[in-house]
Amino acid sequence: MSLEFFIGQIFNGVSYAALLFLLVGGLSLIFGMMRIVNMTHGSYYLLGGYVALTVMWRGAPFILGIVAAAVVIALIGIAEWNAFLKRLSGQELGQVLTTMGFALIFQDLGLIIWGGDPYTIKLPAMLSGSWEVGPYFFPVYRVFIMGVAVVVALTLWLVLEKTRLGAMMRATVDDPEMARGVGINVHAISMGVFAMGAVLASIAGVVAGGFVGVYPGADFEILPYAFVVVIVGGMGSLKGALVGSLLVGLLDNFGKALFPELSYFTLFAPMALILAVRPTGLFGRV
Amino acid sequence: METFVRRAPRAAALVAAVVLLALPPFVSSFMLSLLTQALVWAMLAMSLDLLLGFTGLASLGHAAYLALGAYSVGILTTRHGANFWTALAVGVLLAALGAAIFGLVALRATGVYFLMITLALGMTVWGLANRWVSVTSGDNGISGVPRPRGLPFDVSGALPFYYLVLTAFVVAFVILWTVVRSPFGKTLVGIRESESRMRTLGYHVWLHKYVGFVIAGAGGGFAGVFWAYYNGFVSPADSELATSVEILLMVALGGRGTLFGPALGAFVIVLLKNVVSIYTHRWLLILGVVYIGTIVYAPEGIIGMARDWLKARGRAQLRPAPSP
Repeated sequence: MSLEFFIGQIFNGVSYAALLFLLVGGLSLIFGMMRIVNMTHGSYYLLGGYVALTVMWRGAPFILGIVAAAVVIALIGIAEWNAFLKRLSGQELGQVLTTMGFALIFQDLGLIIWGGDPYTIKLPAMLSGSWEVGPYFFPVYRVFIMGVAVVVALTLWLVLEKTRLGAMMRATVDDPEMARGVGINVHAISMGVFAMGAVLASIAGVVAGGFVGVYPGADFEILPYAFVVVIVGGMGSLKGALVGSLLVGLLDNFGKALFPELSYFTLFAPMALILAVRPTGLFGRV
Repeated sequence: METFVRRAPRAAALVAAVVLLALPPFVSSFMLSLLTQALVWAMLAMSLDLLLGFTGLASLGHAAYLALGAYSVGILTTRHGANFWTALAVGVLLAALGAAIFGLVALRATGVYFLMITLALGMTVWGLANRWVSVTSGDNGISGVPRPRGLPFDVSGALPFYYLVLTAFVVAFVILWTVVRSPFGKTLVGIRESESRMRTLGYHVWLHKYVGFVIAGAGGGFAGVFWAYYNGFVSPADSELATSVEILLMVALGGRGTLFGPALGAFVIVLLKNVVSIYTHRWLLILGVVYIGTIVYAPEGIIGMARDWLKARGRAQLRPAPSP
């Protein structure tokens, strides 16, 4: 196991972690705030990729693809939340089944509208290729993903820790009843956070579309990973989402490279161990 | 009329029994295959009901036990020529062992956490099934699983195999029914209603939940054994998240906490998936609508709706007649 191998794996692991963070950042807060188990989260990811594809096929640039995906998925997420999830607070089984229903419906709609073929999102020229640093090759696109994740993480952290809105959000996560009692508009904040989570997932989908591709089944493929990151990192914690993403990203990559036969196991087993010790996850706030 | 209200559930059960026993020799091979499949899933759904309906623990990883039972059969019969009894025993024991280990981790939590932890634990089985290629053949699955060998009669035909599965279903039902009606089962219901109350009354709550969890897992493995024999094929899809959610749906749709309900729910879903897909490609969409419809319109499931309907009729009988 050379240094090259290590550096390569760490780089891959961190770039995958960046993708996971985009996917999961909002999910952790949604969990913390509303305890909503959302099986549709994978669908937001996939539909985001599909929407960006459609927009880009009509000649729009990559950045517009991301924006379009974010807007459409935000609307879908808000609609789903308002019409159904709002009423199911506290009913985990109801949430799982309802959101699963939507996930299946979206999966079929995806098949109807975009068909069964896999697609990749064409990357803008300045994001393709790699940077050569000595013996290492770092694909520019992966660095871009990490950059996006860092920006998102910083923005979220700033908002949560340094603004009044962030304080209200944290209050809602810690104790929704008290927050309501103090005059915080829990309903609006919950809806906003839910929309934000969906938007981030859709951005993750667009971004992943550039290197993994957009294809039917990607929604259910990414879902277990998303849940594992949230579980391990702890619900309701941004730091947890970050640490969880890094852990999962690195474990997954090293596991696949070192023990391909047990690669999923090397991911989910440490997770089970962490949970055995701390059922609320590493940094869980709820 | 009053007697109808009281006797209806028993009559329905009787009708179901007669249909399952006597009808199969006369139906098409497609329908026979569906009925066999439905019985397997009914066993699986009933085992989850012990956990969900009676103990109040919603598990998102129950497919793991289906897989453990199925893979036991798959590996033992195709690579070691094992007979039915060996494969059955190993399948059930392995599933029970899995539940015993998982239960230690999962039962440290309740509610949403329990849901998430069982999801994660179910994923470990899925991960092994997918990647431990030398044992499970990974994505390719294990094919060529023969029909059960070593029984006093030949079950390679569809009809004898159906009756074998029906017998298994009856065995599973009787065992679960006994568990549920026993003091142990009543304690589980008490735990579902209020853990703190049971603890105050002196019951060892964790131990009861743990034993229930292991029994449910063993039941899942039992169903998994017959699932492998039915399909002749085992794959990682048997342990994926969507499968676990589907079992939950069967329990919720039928009516949790009733054993009959989940069995009924399993029949409905199996028939729906297989019959609807003949007429339209859009069966996923329809299944999704069923998921949502169940929660919105029938949160207590079909049995729940039937109970409410019967109660309403019963009440109608007791209303005083208008004065002449």
